[in-house]
Amino acid sequence: MMWRPVLSVGLSISIFLCAWQVLVWATGLKPFLLPGPLRVANALWSNLDSIGWHALITSTEILAGLVFGLGLGVVTAIQLAMSPAARIHVRPVLVFLQAVPFFALAPILTFWMGYGMAPKIVMAMLIIYFPVTSSFFDGLMRTPPGYLDLARTMGAPAWSVLWRVRIPSAVPALASGLKLGAVFTPIGAVIGEWVGGSGAGLGYLMLLANGRAKIDLMFACVVILAVITVLLYWIADRLGEWMTRRFS
Amino acid sequence: MTPPALSVDGAASFQGRQVFAPLHLEIEAARWTCLLGPSGVGKTTILRLIAGLEDGCDFDGAITATDGELVFNRVAYMAQTDLLFPWLDVLGNTLLGARLRGERSDTDRAEALIDRVGLSDDISKRPHQLSGGMRQRAALARTLMEDRPIILLDEPFSALDARTRVEMQDLAAELLSERTVLLVTHDPAEAARLGHRIHLMQSYGLVEVPPPSTVPIRAYDDPDVFACQSELMRMLRSRDPLLAREGKD
Repeated sequence: MMWRPVLSVGLSISIFLCAWQVLVWATGLKPFLLPGPLRVANALWSNLDSIGWHALITSTEILAGLVFGLGLGVVTAIQLAMSPAARIHVRPVLVFLQAVPFFALAPILTFWMGYGMAPKIVMAMLIIYFPVTSSFFDGLMRTPPGYLDLARTMGAPAWSVLWRVRIPSAVPALASGLKLGAVFTPIGAVIGEWVGGSGAGLGYLMLLANGRAKIDLMFACVVILAVITVLLYWIADRLGEWMTRRFS
Repeated sequence: MTPPALSVDGAASFQGRQVFAPLHLEIEAARWTCLLGPSGVGKTTILRLIAGLEDGCDFDGAITATDGELVFNRVAYMAQTDLLFPWLDVLGNTLLGARLRGERSDTDRAEALIDRVGLSDDISKRPHQLSGGMRQRAALARTLMEDRPIILLDEPFSALDARTRVEMQDLAAELLSERTVLLVTHDPAEAARLGHRIHLMQSYGLVEVPPPSTVPIRAYDDPDVFACQSELMRMLRSRDPLLAREGKD
């Protein structure tokens, strides 16, 4: 039954929203502390144009970060897999860089790149870069030895082994990195917007709403951000499933 | 194509530890030579040395062909697992060698070979859609497609059920009849059915065991095959195969 999971999720969300509204009514909390879902819905509706525009900016940053991060991660992983020297010299640096809290880099990126979209895209890109590099590299290094033996007895040159054996067999691992990255990329973009106020994006709008004690608008932004993240994860999950099915 | 005979002379070690003792193995041209023995005795190492796949192992000796040409670039290899690429269909897997070498794919020939192994109706299926026997048939088509004179088989039928194994042995014997074949196995019945020559490999070297008097491929219920199989089993279980052959162990 296709509709059952949808119904189940819809029911859970309805119960959650009802409980939230009841909590607000029962405790009499002021709207600037905790607005009820009806108030949030109202804020969303009355600011739809503005939220939509800011959401578009954030989505662009997220998608650009995802594409660049994915591309850079794939290229890095291939370089590492192909070159023992790169594994010796570059991999430790990557492991070290992975330990850097990237949120702390946001002010530096803004300083370097200004207040436009670039530092936000780079933040989002850095967030996905390491999971993609790491998972794809692992996949490339775990090619079943039998495949490599077979390719060798068939007289395959190294580039062909990489392109036709190692990369396809590592695609399921890349799919895992992609799914992981899809969850975290929006965080990178929003943090970039918080730190490097560019006058655009959901992160900027949240700061603005916060400064004016418009907590219902802040919640509306959070809801839209969650929807974008869930949608992105759903697409990455479907894509990842397809990649895994196609290549394993 | 006239396939060459091969000979393997020497000993192998890995990090100073002996993998197999000095031995001399003759692999006859256009015949099936079976190398039988317990696990870990070095059978697969011999096969991998012939294929040029053994990197970590020190081999002190020589592997030569009667025609004096190089050996490793004239072998096709079939392993215990079918090694079909899951992202390719049966046709794609059969054409794998040409694709890997960047050569033009001879699709007509591949289709004819797929037909010979009985997979015409499954030519567009991917490995996960095939049974174990069908997968090994596809691997056999891929091996034949390489058109190499020397075929190295590393327990290719050991993971199959008994009935499929017998069918695959029949098919392989028919299709590889004009090649020089080395079959590594630990199944005495398989060696007794398929071998023109049978060598038993133990930690101290090789012992040649006379095959049944009939010509391969032999019927699985041939009394001579049963007798040879029993003999091989007795020798496998014995500490000294030569004594076992004389009935003293």
